[in-house]
Amino acid sequence: MATESGTQPKKAGAFDIRLIIALLIGVYGVILTVMGIGFTSAEEIAKAANVNINLWAGLGMLVVAALFIVWAVVRPLVVPAEPESADTPPAAGE
Amino acid sequence: MLVLADANLRLDANAIDYIELAFYFVLVLGIGYLARRQVSSSLDFFLSGRSLPAWVTGLAFISANLGAVEVMGMSANGAQYGLPTFHYFWIGAIPAMLFLGIVMMPFYYGSKVRSVPEFMRRRFGKPAHLVNGISFASAQILIAGANLFLLASVVNLLLGWPLWVSIIIAAAIVLSYTALGGLSAAIYNEVLQFFVIVIALVPLTIIGLVKVGGWQGLVDKVTNSPGGTAQLHSWPGDNLTGFGNNILSILGIVFGLGFVLSFGYWTTNFVEVQRAMASKSMSAARRTPIIGAFPKMLVPFIVIIPGMIAAVTVSEYVKDKQVLLDGGTAESGVTFNNALLLLMRDLLPNGMLGIAIAGLLASFMAGMAANLSSFNTVFTYDIWQTYVKKDKPDHYYLSLGRVVTSAGTILAIGTAFIASNSGNILNYLQDLFSFFNAPLFATFILGMFWKRMTPHAGWSGLVLGTASAVTVWGLSQAGVIGLSGQGTSFVAAGTAFVVDIAVSVVVSLATKPKPDEELVGLVYSLTPKETRQHDTTGENAGWYRKPGLLAGIVLILTIALNAIF
Repeated sequence: MATESGTQPKKAGAFDIRLIIALLIGVYGVILTVMGIGFTSAEEIAKAANVNINLWAGLGMLVVAALFIVWAVVRPLVVPAEPESADTPPAAGE
Repeated sequence: MLVLADANLRLDANAIDYIELAFYFVLVLGIGYLARRQVSSSLDFFLSGRSLPAWVTGLAFISANLGAVEVMGMSANGAQYGLPTFHYFWIGAIPAMLFLGIVMMPFYYGSKVRSVPEFMRRRFGKPAHLVNGISFASAQILIAGANLFLLASVVNLLLGWPLWVSIIIAAAIVLSYTALGGLSAAIYNEVLQFFVIVIALVPLTIIGLVKVGGWQGLVDKVTNSPGGTAQLHSWPGDNLTGFGNNILSILGIVFGLGFVLSFGYWTTNFVEVQRAMASKSMSAARRTPIIGAFPKMLVPFIVIIPGMIAAVTVSEYVKDKQVLLDGGTAESGVTFNNALLLLMRDLLPNGMLGIAIAGLLASFMAGMAANLSSFNTVFTYDIWQTYVKKDKPDHYYLSLGRVVTSAGTILAIGTAFIASNSGNILNYLQDLFSFFNAPLFATFILGMFWKRMTPHAGWSGLVLGTASAVTVWGLSQAGVIGLSGQGTSFVAAGTAFVVDIAVSVVVSLATKPKPDEELVGLVYSLTPKETRQHDTTGENAGWYRKPGLLAGIVLILTIALNAIF
């Protein structure tokens, strides 16, 4: 396979960036949802064009975080031992 | 930005907002730490061991460009010019990104060069390489410094921190993860940054639209505001180019912005190309810019639209938009550059506010990390390894890379402090550096397709092309050529392109070309077809992984978007 690069085994990619994205967006989602339910004043809602943006954005982020987790579970990261060979199993999102 | 200190931009960030911000930085540093464990050779450090999947490099590809200069600058353009700003994305980026993936990537990836200047050296020899390597490395330091300075001034406006505190803290964070994890850390953080920007700007855009009464409400408000309906159609974009003639304006956008400037930037700028080089196969490398093109198509909706909403809802603009459009100074001290910040101030409650601030800071820092991670590669491989210390063991270059990253950061901090004392110098220098790209593209494209092009043509075309762009720019600054808006840079870049091609052809015909066997893999006609093609089996199989087909889909969508707006 002339177009493949390198000959040494490569380890980059051994941690899954999708889970880190899910962690960040998930934590933000929880914070915002809680804020939206209990700690966003009527004044703040009025300021944001009468939309409880904390609540809605929070729920949206929880959904996005869940999607990333599903993706990471369904197509787990495989570290190829021999990146040279053509029958390398699919890696993240490929 | 300094004159704006009296504008009321202070945000009421509370503990929750700071907690969100802190959590983001913990993850950023965590990524640096995790990536560190995977660095065992210089190729790992500088090119992520050429191992990343295409969706990661594709997102990093556009993220590296989605710095805060872009986010704030393009929302400012949205406020000032309206929909014609879309051209920067649909005309000024997408075609060039597709061209990079389809036409040029086989040479970059296939020839196994480790940087764009290295391609220059193999194709044209040392003089052209030195011109390219040194101008690129110095431009990166300068732009990293500019990012740092802008970050500090925004933090100063928003949160009231002194400039030097944010400059040092931001530089320390960026340095720790790029020096630890190299390009992988930079790229993974760019992917994370992309999502932070999206989750910050999508809610802002949505409530902005709710506030103005939906799309129709925005159209009505913009029609009735200074600037009027010209801001609601992307073509012909006279207000953007500053040409007083529709035909000239369209030509300026298509050739100046769409062809010379954007092809120069996207296809020869190593900051971008490096991300594609880090991918794990030829197929993934070719898909990198094409996958990046999908989000690139949609980013303007969450950047330009908020700018336009700000221009018709934020009280400072409602009062002074006409004054600002005429080039005057608003009483309140705001400029269009503040559009996004003012909209955040007006609309976002605590909670969402912290995420929006995180998104802004993320974009500044990722921009700077991208500059540093390409600077250290070019300096180490192209300057140090090529001209100073040639045959050292690999770990020497790996540790040198870390030292160079630190030195680059210190230089960038210096640049940021110089900028904070004399603001405009930075703008001028950035203008000048943008002129290196246009002739570079001319040289590359001629060199890739015309094997007769000689080493002497390589460097002389670059030097004279750049000189002609600088001349046009200088004449325009001196008022000899009467162009306003973005027209000057379109004309300067166009001139550089033409001069570069002309000089290269004339010099090539008068000097001796390199022998054919040295150009295999670098020039189209001398590269066997199979090495230009990518593997289509295993993880590169499937219609949705075909670069050509993906590019076709992007092209059709882009044409549709241009037709609609």
